[in-house]
Amino acid sequence: MQPIIEVKKLSKSFGSVTVLSEIDARIMPQEVVVVIGPSGSGKSTFLRCLNLLEVPEHGDISIEGQSLMDKNTNITEMRAEVGMVFQQFNLFPHMKVLDNITLAPLRVRKWAPDKARAKAMELLRKVGLEDKANMYPASLSGGQAQRVAIARALAMEPKVMLFDEPTSALDPEMVGEVLTVMQDLAREGMTMVVVTHEMGFAREVGDRVIFMEGGSIVEEGPPDQLFSNPQQERTRSFLSKVL
Amino acid sequence: MDFRFDIIIDYMPLILRGTMLTIGISILSIILGSILGLGIGFGKMSSRWYIRWPFQSYINFFRGTPLFVQIFIVHFGVIPAIIGRTDPFIAAITALSLNSAAYTAEIYRAGIQSIDKGQREAAQSLGMTNVQAMRYVILPQAIKRMIPAFGNEFIVLIKDSSLVAVIAAQELMYWSQAMSGQYYRIWEPYLTAALVYFILTYSLSKLLNYIERRM
Repeated sequence: MQPIIEVKKLSKSFGSVTVLSEIDARIMPQEVVVVIGPSGSGKSTFLRCLNLLEVPEHGDISIEGQSLMDKNTNITEMRAEVGMVFQQFNLFPHMKVLDNITLAPLRVRKWAPDKARAKAMELLRKVGLEDKANMYPASLSGGQAQRVAIARALAMEPKVMLFDEPTSALDPEMVGEVLTVMQDLAREGMTMVVVTHEMGFAREVGDRVIFMEGGSIVEEGPPDQLFSNPQQERTRSFLSKVL
Repeated sequence: MDFRFDIIIDYMPLILRGTMLTIGISILSIILGSILGLGIGFGKMSSRWYIRWPFQSYINFFRGTPLFVQIFIVHFGVIPAIIGRTDPFIAAITALSLNSAAYTAEIYRAGIQSIDKGQREAAQSLGMTNVQAMRYVILPQAIKRMIPAFGNEFIVLIKDSSLVAVIAAQELMYWSQAMSGQYYRIWEPYLTAALVYFILTYSLSKLLNYIERRM
């Protein structure tokens, strides 16, 4: 089976600091991969490379076999197939919730307004926020804003969803509502790559956990195995601090 | 001190004509300067130095030299070289627009760069092109932040338009000087001019406040 995302020997540095060195990874269809690691380990940069918000220096990334580094690849079109959810939500504050969700389907996919609107309402129902369609993002709580951001990314019907610490900016009581939405998505078979500090989520929802440190993948495996029987000393040491 | 309202009334038709020209010159220069400034602002934001450089030089020149000098250069040098004769009205608008563009370019740049980079990233991650991200996401937010700075610039431009009296553009200041020369009076012509300029700039600032509140 062809992987949705295939990463080969991915390296990146900011100035003289190496952030990623020779990362190899494959994300299979319907797989939920959770990336954990200490801050500064390169996990967010790794995720941001997958839709070229960060440009790698070496190595290759392919989405469904098409290389992002190939000069003939239209990066803008490839990004439309990869949904992304940010730590800071990044909703468009000058637009109502509904318009946040329909903007890209209308302008990028060129859907008819009726179709975009129907899709947006369906997604808002799914994340439990259909009553907020005509509100502005400023009037939403953090948890609601992040659920809208998930709906906005899903409206493009992406092949894979990337989550960059989606609950790290939330008050503790709002983390659950966002994780529930993500869990439902995983259950429906969405392919997901999730950078998170929520170890409970990693264990329950993840099919595979990748532990990164110092810009490299130290260890990866099924959550049960990685959490209860880590093979590497660095993994053990990290887990002992966070569990 | 006697204050001769009668000579103000005598000169009223010319003062009004001058005021209309001041308004005309200002509005045209604001429009042309803002359009030109948008291009220069984007040019200066280019990631390539050889594209950035000419726009940066333009801004440096027009901000770093007096408008008064620029008016002379445009009136006696640039305009005759292009159309073969001097024309105070065209020279006035050209000089003020070119000067204003340097300042508005920086307003556009500052406004656009003040928008959180997460907004552009969110737009890009949804598959939008840079142009789409700018048009639907960045600019609508940036323009609101630019309004106060634009208000400042437009007020400065209206006041600076009085400088074009020296090249005999027959605007408000030109007729005030004429009035002063004819009657050997100081207070009446120049206080009248000051009052009219104040009314123009004050109305503009009220209008911009209103627009900012509405957005």
